[in-house]
Amino acid sequence: MKRSTLITFKTIAWLACLWPLSRLLWGAATNNLGADPTATITFATGLATLRILTLSLAITPLRRLSSRLGWLIKFRRLLGLFAFFYASLHLLTYIALYAGFDVNAMAADIAKRRYITAGVVAWLLLLPLVATSTNWAIRMLGGKRWSRLHTLVYAAAVCGVIHYWWQVKPGVLTPLTITVVLAVLLLARPIQTWMQRGRAHPA
Amino acid sequence: MLIATPPEIPSSEITPQSQYLNRRRFLRAALATSTAAGATVLGADRIAEILSPSVTVLAGTKLETVKSPLTTSGEQLTSYNDITSYNNFYEFGVDKDQPAKNAGLLPIRPWTVRVEGKVKQPRTFDIDDLLKLRPLEDRVYRHRCVEAWSMVIPWVGYSLSEFIRQCDPLPSAKYVQFLSYYDKRVEKWGEQTNISWPYSEGLRMDEAMNPLTLLTFGLYGEVLPNQNGAPLRIVVPWKYGFKSAKSIVAVRFLERQPPTTWNDQGPNEYGFYSNVNPNVDHPRWSQKIERRIGQPFYAQRRTTLMFNGYGDQVASLYNGMDLRRNF
Repeated sequence: MKRSTLITFKTIAWLACLWPLSRLLWGAATNNLGADPTATITFATGLATLRILTLSLAITPLRRLSSRLGWLIKFRRLLGLFAFFYASLHLLTYIALYAGFDVNAMAADIAKRRYITAGVVAWLLLLPLVATSTNWAIRMLGGKRWSRLHTLVYAAAVCGVIHYWWQVKPGVLTPLTITVVLAVLLLARPIQTWMQRGRAHPA
Repeated sequence: MLIATPPEIPSSEITPQSQYLNRRRFLRAALATSTAAGATVLGADRIAEILSPSVTVLAGTKLETVKSPLTTSGEQLTSYNDITSYNNFYEFGVDKDQPAKNAGLLPIRPWTVRVEGKVKQPRTFDIDDLLKLRPLEDRVYRHRCVEAWSMVIPWVGYSLSEFIRQCDPLPSAKYVQFLSYYDKRVEKWGEQTNISWPYSEGLRMDEAMNPLTLLTFGLYGEVLPNQNGAPLRIVVPWKYGFKSAKSIVAVRFLERQPPTTWNDQGPNEYGFYSNVNPNVDHPRWSQKIERRIGQPFYAQRRTTLMFNGYGDQVASLYNGMDLRRNF
């Protein structure tokens, strides 16, 4: 891929990832976040996290579909870090606007409310991945160990989706779409491995 | 800047309200006939929408009101726009903005309220008589939803006790049940839930007779918009919002506690009493804090008060009761 094309694509990716945040900032500046702004912010940051994380999980299966898609790898770190960025905003919304920085209230919530537990676990699982996101960290860990560590992202995504399901009222089906997409992306991995193995060693 | 002034409509061209309402009634009747005749190429709903778009009949009509000593002071009122566009009224959709879009179909005239059960004589009240029964009072109340958001709403109505006296309940009546309007042809959104309609709510007799419990006809000095429970609802300010049944068609006096909709849906989440109580959490969230609607995000958070701040008037109703068990 030409350098100028890459720069164009990266710019587009940055703008797309910053879009949910800009909408919130614009809404806050113009007092236009709906009747319940706290709920609007919480929902928007949570949804952005899950969507961007899902996009980052689409890269490996897509690359395995065709060798011409190899360049997609250049966007995985960007997406992963943006997912963490929105997850942190989401967590901060909870800490500041719901819990009001009250440590006791937060401890009680994490212990008592399973959707909060699942959400906090998902965020914690992303932490070591962010910490080892630099080229230097990959070199230090070695590719294999780094890859093994980064399989934690699957657990984080699953916790995130569970967090979504546990938070909505019983009977509400809004988390269904992202769940199906994520399930396809996670299942694609073993299926692709199995098919490639079949090709390599014909029975 | 040029600002076009809307042309004045001469009063001679304004359709009298009674005729306007008659037209709707005629259309509804005509529609029923044509439906029966099988002339439903487009589908009855579509025809109804074309002939008679979902306008909110009567909403916005000014009401004559008097001051009330039972009003809540010292609170900033939630805007009319937020009160009328952020609603829970599942018969018209589960999203907050759906009732405002869909409740125009609610046929609020003619409207009667059946009174039945443990009364000297069952009878039916017409909405227009109920409006004249007592002077309508302006009453500002805090409104706390079980979902942990809150508003401050200037309701219009009179104490439910005034109406109950007209009903002549027997001494054996210990509870009052309120049934909301339900017609699945109008409220088709209700069919998309697993809730069994009509919506039912109930109060203990002494709760219903407390002067704070308001039989409500309006807000902001005007007739209730449909999404807020037109043409009449109750408002019980010390209880979570869902206890305040909307668009009431029947009032039943009973010896025993009636089944109530949300209590039936989730008995561990929604108690029969459902008094606002910061010490009893909802299983999925704390009730200690509420978010005031219409405030900027950094100023929404508020401490929830026991009985929503109406303890002086109502705490004695629950003397000797364990409010953790009877939540």
